[in-house]
Amino acid sequence: MKLFFWQPWLIPLLPLVGALINGLFGKRFSKSVVASIALFFTGASLLFASVHAYTLLHSGADALETSYGTWIRAGSFAADFGIYLDHLSLVMMLVVTGVGFVIHVYSVAYMEHEGGYYRFFSFLNFFMFFMLTLVLANNYLLLFVGWEGVGLASYLLIGFFFQKDSAANAGKKAFITNRIGDFGFLIALFLLIQHFGTLRFATVFNIASSLPAETTAGLLTAIGLLMLVGACGKSAQIPLYVWLPDAMEGPTPVSALIHAATMVTAGVYMVCRSNAIFSRAPLALLAVAIIGALTSFFAASIGIVQTDIKRVLAYSTVSQLGYMFMAAGVAAYSASIFHLMTHAFFKALLFLGAGSVIHGIGGEQDMRSMGGLRKYMPWTFWTMLIATLAISGIPPFAGFFSKDEILWQAFSSPHGSKIFWAIGIITAFMTSFYMFRLIFLTFTGEYRGAQQDAHSAHADHGHVPHESPWLVLAPLVLLAVLSIIGGWVGGNRFEHFLAPVIQKVQTESPRLQVAESAAIPTSEHGEKTGESKALETSLMSISVLVAFSGLGLAWFFYVKRPELPGKIAAASGGLYKLVLNKYWIDEVYSAVIIGPLVALSRAFLWQIVDQKVVDGSINETATAVRGVSHVVRQQQSGLIRSYAGWIAAGAAVIVAYMVWMGTR
Amino acid sequence: MNASTLNPWILTITTFLPALGALLMVFLPRRDRIIRWFALAISIVTLLVSLHLPAHYRQVAPANSGSFAYELNLHWITSPNIHYHVGIDGISLWLVILTTFLVPFCVLASWKSIHDRVKEFFILLLVLETAMIGVFIALDLFLFYFFWEATLIPMALIIGIYGHERRVYAAVKFFLYTMIASVLMLAAIIWLYAQSGTFDFTELQHLLASGAIALSGHTALWLFLGFFVAFAVKVPLFPLHTWLPDAHVEAPTAGSVLLAGVMLKMGTYGLLRFSIGLFPAEAHKNAPWIIALAIIGIIYGALVALVQPNMKKLVAYSSVSHLGFVVLGTFSFTRAGMDGGVYQMLNHGISTGALFLLLGMIYDRRHNYEIKEYGGLATPMPVFATLFLLITLSSIGLPMMNGFVGEFLILSGAFQARAIYGILAASGVIWGAFYMLWLYQRTFYGTIVNPLNTTLPDVDTRERTILWPLAVLALVMGVFPQFWMNSIDASVAGILETPKVASSAPTLQVKVGTVLK
Repeated sequence: MKLFFWQPWLIPLLPLVGALINGLFGKRFSKSVVASIALFFTGASLLFASVHAYTLLHSGADALETSYGTWIRAGSFAADFGIYLDHLSLVMMLVVTGVGFVIHVYSVAYMEHEGGYYRFFSFLNFFMFFMLTLVLANNYLLLFVGWEGVGLASYLLIGFFFQKDSAANAGKKAFITNRIGDFGFLIALFLLIQHFGTLRFATVFNIASSLPAETTAGLLTAIGLLMLVGACGKSAQIPLYVWLPDAMEGPTPVSALIHAATMVTAGVYMVCRSNAIFSRAPLALLAVAIIGALTSFFAASIGIVQTDIKRVLAYSTVSQLGYMFMAAGVAAYSASIFHLMTHAFFKALLFLGAGSVIHGIGGEQDMRSMGGLRKYMPWTFWTMLIATLAISGIPPFAGFFSKDEILWQAFSSPHGSKIFWAIGIITAFMTSFYMFRLIFLTFTGEYRGAQQDAHSAHADHGHVPHESPWLVLAPLVLLAVLSIIGGWVGGNRFEHFLAPVIQKVQTESPRLQVAESAAIPTSEHGEKTGESKALETSLMSISVLVAFSGLGLAWFFYVKRPELPGKIAAASGGLYKLVLNKYWIDEVYSAVIIGPLVALSRAFLWQIVDQKVVDGSINETATAVRGVSHVVRQQQSGLIRSYAGWIAAGAAVIVAYMVWMGTR
Repeated sequence: MNASTLNPWILTITTFLPALGALLMVFLPRRDRIIRWFALAISIVTLLVSLHLPAHYRQVAPANSGSFAYELNLHWITSPNIHYHVGIDGISLWLVILTTFLVPFCVLASWKSIHDRVKEFFILLLVLETAMIGVFIALDLFLFYFFWEATLIPMALIIGIYGHERRVYAAVKFFLYTMIASVLMLAAIIWLYAQSGTFDFTELQHLLASGAIALSGHTALWLFLGFFVAFAVKVPLFPLHTWLPDAHVEAPTAGSVLLAGVMLKMGTYGLLRFSIGLFPAEAHKNAPWIIALAIIGIIYGALVALVQPNMKKLVAYSSVSHLGFVVLGTFSFTRAGMDGGVYQMLNHGISTGALFLLLGMIYDRRHNYEIKEYGGLATPMPVFATLFLLITLSSIGLPMMNGFVGEFLILSGAFQARAIYGILAASGVIWGAFYMLWLYQRTFYGTIVNPLNTTLPDVDTRERTILWPLAVLALVMGVFPQFWMNSIDASVAGILETPKVASSAPTLQVKVGTVLK
């Protein structure tokens, strides 16, 4: 008999306790107490998560499900507070608590000079609670709790510097854009309730896989597409990606934790969690892959020309999330989650490194004012370089393994296509290019910020670039280690690990595999035959080659011939402007949707329909009645007392009439 | 004394305790301090007494549908045959508690903001409480109508005397609008009496269901509409809503809280109890266009709320949107939808009641409801800003807050009824977030523009006492909804059976027999 306290519900709840303590009383605590509380509860959660991961792996069971009672019950519908721990939620849980804890440590020193220290840590713990609820839920409704909850935490943390209008706007934009996605997700849930009667994962997936494909294809496709709408909101995919770049208004640790490593991957998690549905809805799966491929390419192209270091990373995140979607969309769920994990390591590191740079030079985020920082902050440089090598897919760093797995699957999966692979390769090239552009602009050459400082009034404050304290650097080093070794487990072994979550369903729908697996000879358990091994090796060589070309081109442009980019930008004119302005998507949205909506509501719905038509007609009627009853005007004294008298009199008349009618 | 001996009388005591307090208050000296404390004491005692209802509800909960708990049926007037017949089910139970719960906060909210004719104000408030509770417990149509109209006069006076600049216009508009609609209901009630010789709800229900009162198609429709219009104005259902923004903007805080918190629910309660309870077939038949109006109200109310320059008007229009959800759920005729509808009545009472209390606190400081006057308030008033955010989240239906449970069930029920209902109404989750977060941003975020706002004091003890319980309750209702939902669900199940009863006459006769015994 296990103790109640050794059950997994503590994993999400511990950070909530921390959030409440700091939120309610943190104002009275010193900074070190606030930080200790936040670290203690996140650390405890990490510890518990590890213990439960260990327990699960040694129990021999595929999944452990625990229910802690009913949350909502109405008629035959019920949703529980329940935790579902399988290999997928185990990976997610460890990534969230692990990276989360590291980023908490980083924040202790990083946020020290900002106001609202307790508020920050309270929100950050609060986020952990909801994110863990999201990945550990045993049903879609509880997942949705985490889903919306992380959105709230994100809203609060993006708007952390709420006195800045841009921050407040960005927070609101994130929340509302996510709500648009949630609208789709909610309808998917309604379809599930209507047709399956439950939102519990195990039951839903059982029913979905037991029904004959012919009868459910339409339904599952609809559910899949609606879920995709939700995932596009949360994971910043086309057309709902616009909130993520703006979300960089939040403090940098927030960008690292929420807007890179964890929250934005929730959509990927949800799609992979629902693989039983998606694998039976080829059209929905195709939509996932197309959206992922387009987003990865599109966002990477914007990333190339951005000059704000955090914005480059933001578009890079959107692009890498697109990669994960593309993998999920070719039914390579394990590759998707594998990349989710390695991405969490190196992207968190990149953001934390960017934060270290920004602090080191006094708050500047524009890469044009950086340069030469390598000699001022070597630790930051080397760790960020490792992360850049990882994201660019250069072996043997973590990103290479997961990215290669995705590209291979995009090419070879029965749901894949050479087009997806080609887009992936081009994106990989762009990724390598813009990431090394970032590295070269930031760390090599001469420091370009000092000059400006000399002219400014604050010159004596001397924003001479300096390395960050060890409390900031330690997390960088730790994440750098993970960015190196995080992929060594290899795509195949990772796939095998996640097999209980995914394989089960796939083998039950052999129809698709038989129909399409002719192109690439693979055996049933994904072990490659000799012929495909050769193909895989050559594809791998191409992707490595592409990564190095990106590096080389970036070196040529930003180290060898730094005057070239400006010339090319000037020469390409319109195209450069188009990309620099992010294809004017934000402007289009606000001109085509938001502006007209507000204008229509104000000028038409409110001022015409409501005030003139609806209210006006009623007041007109009243006036007309008053005109007719001119004779009895004296009685209409306007006093409520006399109206009351009239009600009574009127009622008496009606009673008399009715009684007369009734007795007739 | 055994608590259960109270059972037959507990509803009557709860109902008339505030009126008794009001009567005693007449004899109290005109010392504002004494009056305030006395009113607070009465309202709190009423709340405590009313808690007997949920505490013992399980023991007295009606076993079969169509009967009521804590029932009391006495002759009042012999001719016409009017009974003092009261009782509650799992739905009205919580509406009574909502009323007794909100009134103490209204007293506290009026503590400083009402300084002229204090005595009259609290007398009106307590009389209003009695009338509102009466509406939810009456099972005799005449008694119901009596309480229904009795709420109008104190509320109109509260708006008309203690309101803001255009108070008389708003009060008269409110009064005439709702009264004219109510007269239609009165006509329908009297018609029923003329046919049956009874005002008793349960008797009428069975007589109508069994066909003992024969209704031709047209008559049934007119009767249904008579009740429906009275309730729809009160809800208010689009396009009968335009009295609401005026009434809210002009009303003092306590008036707004009770108007939005309780009086609008009288409309949705009436739809559920009487429109559907008495005329289930007509309700089913007319559901499509009623749902259409509800959905228009959801979207329209939200979009108009979005562009309001006045905070109180914004919240008033948001009520049109929220109450549209309630009507949608109710007329979806699904278990989830109706459960959610009832729950959303309570949620709206808590969250919108709290919003009006919050706006009242801003008004107490600056005497202004214009959004453009504010901005950056989070800096001088951090605790207030936090509480406002909590209530905002409740209002926009964030999961783990009360609003989510109601909205989710309503939408899920509406979707089961017809997918398009659920889809259209679900867009409300986007609009709701839009107008509330925009309001929040314009009021609390950014830097302070108006220098008058730099020194605004944060919430004091009295205000904390008002706001924390509401915020905590909004959270508790989101995490443990079953505490409320169990009894609601059982009663909704009973109501949903009624139409079936109508189609199966034999079982019905047995029921009529037992009831008439």
